[in-house]
Amino acid sequence: MSNNNSGYLDMDLLRFTTAGSVDDGKSTLIGRLMYDTKSIFEDQIEAIEKSSENRGDEHVNLALLTDGLRAEREQGITIDVAYRYFATPKRKFIIADTPGHIQYTRNMVTGASNANLAIILIDARKGVIEQTKRHSFIASLLQIKHIIVCVNKMDLVDHSEEVFESVKEDFLSFEAKLAIPDIRFIPISALNGDNVVDKSKHMDWYEGPSLLWTLENVQIASDRNLIDSRFPIQWVIRPQSDKYHDFRGYAGLVSGGVMRKGEEVVVLPSGFTTKIKSIETMNGQLDEAFPPMSVTMTLEDEIDISRGDMLAKPNNQPQVSQDIDMMICWLNTNALKLGGKYIIKHTTNEAKCIIKDIRYKVNINTLEKSENDKTIGVNDIGRILIKTAKPLFFDSYRKNRNTGSVIIIDEFSHETVAAGMII
Amino acid sequence: MASYNLSHLEQLESEAIYIFREVAAQFEKPVILFSGGKDSITMVHLARKAFWPAKIPFQLLHIDTGHNFPEALEFRDNLAEIYKVKLDVGLVQDSIDRGTAQEEKGANPSRNSLQSITLLEKLEEGQYDAAFGGGRRDEEKARAKERFFSHRDEFGQWDPKNQRPELWNLYNGKKAVGESFRIFPISNWTEMDVWQYIKKEKVDLPSIYFSHKRNVVNRGGVWVADSPYNTLLEGEKYENKVIRYRTLGCMTITGAIESEADDLDKIIDEVAAARQTERGNRADDKRSEAAMEDRKKQGYF
Ligand SMILES: Nc1nc2c(ncn2[C@@H]2O[C@H](COP(=O)(O)OP(=O)(O)O)[C@@H](O)[C@H]2O)c(=O)[nH]1
Repeated sequence: MSNNNSGYLDMDLLRFTTAGSVDDGKSTLIGRLMYDTKSIFEDQIEAIEKSSENRGDEHVNLALLTDGLRAEREQGITIDVAYRYFATPKRKFIIADTPGHIQYTRNMVTGASNANLAIILIDARKGVIEQTKRHSFIASLLQIKHIIVCVNKMDLVDHSEEVFESVKEDFLSFEAKLAIPDIRFIPISALNGDNVVDKSKHMDWYEGPSLLWTLENVQIASDRNLIDSRFPIQWVIRPQSDKYHDFRGYAGLVSGGVMRKGEEVVVLPSGFTTKIKSIETMNGQLDEAFPPMSVTMTLEDEIDISRGDMLAKPNNQPQVSQDIDMMICWLNTNALKLGGKYIIKHTTNEAKCIIKDIRYKVNINTLEKSENDKTIGVNDIGRILIKTAKPLFFDSYRKNRNTGSVIIIDEFSHETVAAGMII
Repeated sequence: MASYNLSHLEQLESEAIYIFREVAAQFEKPVILFSGGKDSITMVHLARKAFWPAKIPFQLLHIDTGHNFPEALEFRDNLAEIYKVKLDVGLVQDSIDRGTAQEEKGANPSRNSLQSITLLEKLEEGQYDAAFGGGRRDEEKARAKERFFSHRDEFGQWDPKNQRPELWNLYNGKKAVGESFRIFPISNWTEMDVWQYIKKEKVDLPSIYFSHKRNVVNRGGVWVADSPYNTLLEGEKYENKVIRYRTLGCMTITGAIESEADDLDKIIDEVAAARQTERGNRADDKRSEAAMEDRKKQGYF
């Protein structure tokens, strides 16, 4: 065959999450995207043909492709975030596939945390329902900048433009509060493939592009923060070798801004300033580094720096504080304890913390704030104040997803009990 | 103005390097599970990049079924020597001799399921608290939900219903005494990504990934290699074929594919056109649709 891989090295990466309530057709849609982009192998197709037959399904059930573990297969449900991959010559896609019902908040928050984009599925016959609002709220809370609302099962409403338009209107009227910067609507039939990969023949009235085209062309480059330089130190590299005897490098992932060789930086928490002497990688030195590159920096001056410290610019520093105000999503079946002690992880830093105040809980069905009922249990979202045992260096999550996010860990069970977004 | 974009391979690389550094910082004694295959060779390459110009701060651990391709073993020993990493080898034969594992019966007994036993014994003996595996989520359905940091109880078991949620790039490696983690730095890579990366970074591979001539027998649609561990059944005979391997494992069950691809470009074209998953050529996954999930629960990688 011909060499069709020449473009491969220029591909970029888009991570997206999918949300919808049970039976809206999410598994079918993902199966369809993978099938039509030839990301499914013959043996996998054979396996689902066999399974479909055993289950007595009348045609090959594309949903089975994405339906992971045995317990789920037996119960016919999905219970956790699963990751799927497909690629076109333009982009590689990573799908965080989150189930639509039990534990939906926890799973969707998890899946959305790394997503550039969210697909929200609506059954054309049902229109905007409570779950749609929850999913959109979570997407906005997690600062997903791009949302594609797929109005599915258009084949069951005669491919009607009126139905599509009214769903769109409903969605936009409640979405106004959420202020999501980029929302698009696409009428589809996941089952038949209409407007998924190719434009539908049944919906001439729809002038927009197909779902896949949209996924391939959404601009995501400017979603990163390229202004506020942030470099959390992850690991100190000191080779014990003759050749690199005096080498002392600070390894980490650039979490904001563009950092340049020769530039002045401030080290937090000490406050010393120095200059970036070199930016090192095994493949050679670089003049500049930007998110999300993993690099190693050497500095002009010998300063005592360790994991958890951060490099920033002297005239553009993160907030430094022990009192932190944040939105959280609670992930654990043991409820949040006011006054309780936990461990907080933030960038490469870690500290003990105490829950000082629960300000309110969000009713995720009405999006109203409740100051009466402040018990925060699994799948609840609320706003809290914490005090940390040492200062952290952070930005608001709105400004920077890397330096504005935290996880909270139970001291005893060691489980990750909450996801936090600093305000 | 510069565009400040990273290609998907650069992003995957950066993510993996980040994971290696996180593990170095969060654990006492991590180890890289080295199977000899392209995924673990890629992991070693990424680990080198993560700590350069220092050496990789971990050992390698190979669970040797005793049924390996000689080419793979030679490659393994060379690699450890060049990059000055210590290699720890766990022999499945030792577990069999000790009576903790039992050999399968049949014409091509697989030692794959026995690997889990030896692995757990070695992890305990070496007091390793984190073990890097080259598993990828695209390989198999049960892996699609695997975490980067995968928690294992004191028995090394995986509980698919009780995995910690993973958010952003904040990884929680906290654990009680006796518990451990499996770490999968290339979770988000596909087979195609690995091959493209190997090409881009000029990573060396064992010769058997490339097209060569070999005596093989067709058994149930799988080309099994001539080896001291394989017994011909009645009516079977070896044929000399032009083949190569897409994955490396036990010689008894890793199927070869007929292929003329003798360089990376040809392999990549072949992968792009392939209609079977890599694992489709492994006889043990075919035994049951949920085979992988069962083995993971027992502590397999
Ligand atoms: N008519 C029609 N049925 C669909 C469409 N998409 C999904 N379905 C059906 O809706 C049901 C639920 O789909 P599934 O993908 O399992 O939903 P999930 O619970 O959201 O993953 C299945 O019977 C699908 O065949 C569609 O576009 N049109």
